[in-house]
Amino acid sequence: MRYIEHERVVKRMNGRLVTNVIFKGIFLAATSLAILALVLLAYRIITQGAGHLSLDFLSNFSSRFPDRAGIKAALIGSLWLMAVVAPTAIILGVGSAIYLEEYAKKNKITSFIRINIANLAGVPSIVFGLLGLTIFVRAFALGNSILAAGFTMSLLILPVIIVASQEAIRSVPGELREASLGMGATKWQTIVKIILPAAIPGILTGSILALSRAIGETAPLIVIGVPVIIQFLPAGIMDTFTALPIQIFDWASRPQQEFQTVAAAGIIVLMIFLLLMNSIAVIIRNKFQKRY
Amino acid sequence: MRTSVQEMIAQSKGKKNKKFMEKMIPVILFLIASVSVLTTIGIVVTLVIETITFFTRVSVADFLFGTTWLPFSNKQELFGIWPLIIGTLKVTLIAVIVAVPIGIASAIYLSEYASETVRRIVKPVLEVLAGVPTIVYGFFALTFVTPLLQSVFPEIKIFNAISPGIVVGIMIIPMIASLSEDAMSSVPKQIREGALAMGSTKFEVAWKITVPAALSGIIASIVLAVSRAIGETMIVSLAGGSTPKFNGDFTDSIQTMTAYIVQVSKGDAGYGTTIYYSIYAVGFTLFIFTMLMNILAGYVSKRFREEY
Repeated sequence: MRYIEHERVVKRMNGRLVTNVIFKGIFLAATSLAILALVLLAYRIITQGAGHLSLDFLSNFSSRFPDRAGIKAALIGSLWLMAVVAPTAIILGVGSAIYLEEYAKKNKITSFIRINIANLAGVPSIVFGLLGLTIFVRAFALGNSILAAGFTMSLLILPVIIVASQEAIRSVPGELREASLGMGATKWQTIVKIILPAAIPGILTGSILALSRAIGETAPLIVIGVPVIIQFLPAGIMDTFTALPIQIFDWASRPQQEFQTVAAAGIIVLMIFLLLMNSIAVIIRNKFQKRY
Repeated sequence: MRTSVQEMIAQSKGKKNKKFMEKMIPVILFLIASVSVLTTIGIVVTLVIETITFFTRVSVADFLFGTTWLPFSNKQELFGIWPLIIGTLKVTLIAVIVAVPIGIASAIYLSEYASETVRRIVKPVLEVLAGVPTIVYGFFALTFVTPLLQSVFPEIKIFNAISPGIVVGIMIIPMIASLSEDAMSSVPKQIREGALAMGSTKFEVAWKITVPAALSGIIASIVLAVSRAIGETMIVSLAGGSTPKFNGDFTDSIQTMTAYIVQVSKGDAGYGTTIYYSIYAVGFTLFIFTMLMNILAGYVSKRFREEY
């Protein structure tokens, strides 16, 4: 007597194996589709905008005439914005992370702060724009200055920096901390001289990635009222300015076809900017990452 | 001359300054940490106060139940929020249709099939896709996806809900893929190997073991992605248009809540006008939508988590 009907088993087995192969193909296709989208995006923008890229494009102000439109004011404006956002966001972010990881007691206030940070990360950027408009632009009377925009952007990326810094601080092994405390160092000395130096690569990587998000953000700047057409460079943080994404938005929404090319060229400049920042983050991560 | 250890300890204790610093630092850091809480309070208070001002001029019932949004009309301004909500939901629906299958399929491929090398290449690519500024996606939607759609379906207008929907979908794929992949990777290996040892194919393991076990994480990732899609601004501003409509037509120009705020901010609606306050009422509605989604995501991932 045969317990196993060989033919039936083979038949059924084949069907299951074929299903497996088909679905593997489907899953692979889906993954490739995502990559294809990125390639297509890059290809389109480079072919559209590369022709307009030149030194003149970098050194001209924007213009009503597409062939004379340049990105100087926006590029310098974005750098100014970074000069405000980087110190503000990093001091606030790292300070919060140190508090939460090293000092905070396990109580309701601490868990409230944690939940709050998680929720803040999910608030749409345009809502931060409304906050900036009311608080910084109007209540603090900063106007549409670099400072007002910088503060708004700092609050926007704060949750990202806090979470990245918390992870970096948490990954510093407890033995280092205990050794330092055991040698008689105070808690603050331990934090400044032992924990922060060990956590700095992680903190910097997270911060640079957060800053590159701030460079590409458009919506909050529009709500604050950052102007588009600026024919001068800002002299200080209280001056009004324009930024790369705002300039690109303006060009992209103009009806003339020629401005599409200018917008694509602007996007290339923005993406090179972001690529540089991301490479710096990767270099820092690879070079200074210590394994304990 | 040498100082003994006792003397050094005595000296160190004498330094009042240092002691004071040690006590002050937690206070300063606490103040810094409370900035994030103040931000949330600031957002809520700002939105509530300005929305209340708005409701002194436009009745709550008109806002909540009105089906016409005509803020710039000279004769009769109408502020019924529904056309903006419908516009937002149209884009979100298309984005979900695009992103959920592709995102989950990529996650399954990465966690179940892909070799270590493939994963090391694909994951950074997805990260890049997530890091592309939304203005770039908006430009892509307007200058590439819309003309492409028009060449296939001529009835599609230059501004529509489909093109921004597809591109918002592309934008949220990395979010769904990487969060779902995290959830699937945290399913213990033993369960998977048990199923394989019983003769399951990889597809059966993925479909009957990994996906059900990671379902809470997968659903949470989708809800978070929907929240992102609702709050997305630049793509819909560039490619969606600025005509709020209360209908089910996807091929015609729409306006989302976010795009309305951009439209008003770009123009010069003076401070104190009803239109100025209306952006806070719309912003508040948007805030409530995304907040509910985020809370739902947190609830799903906590409540339905399978513990091993």
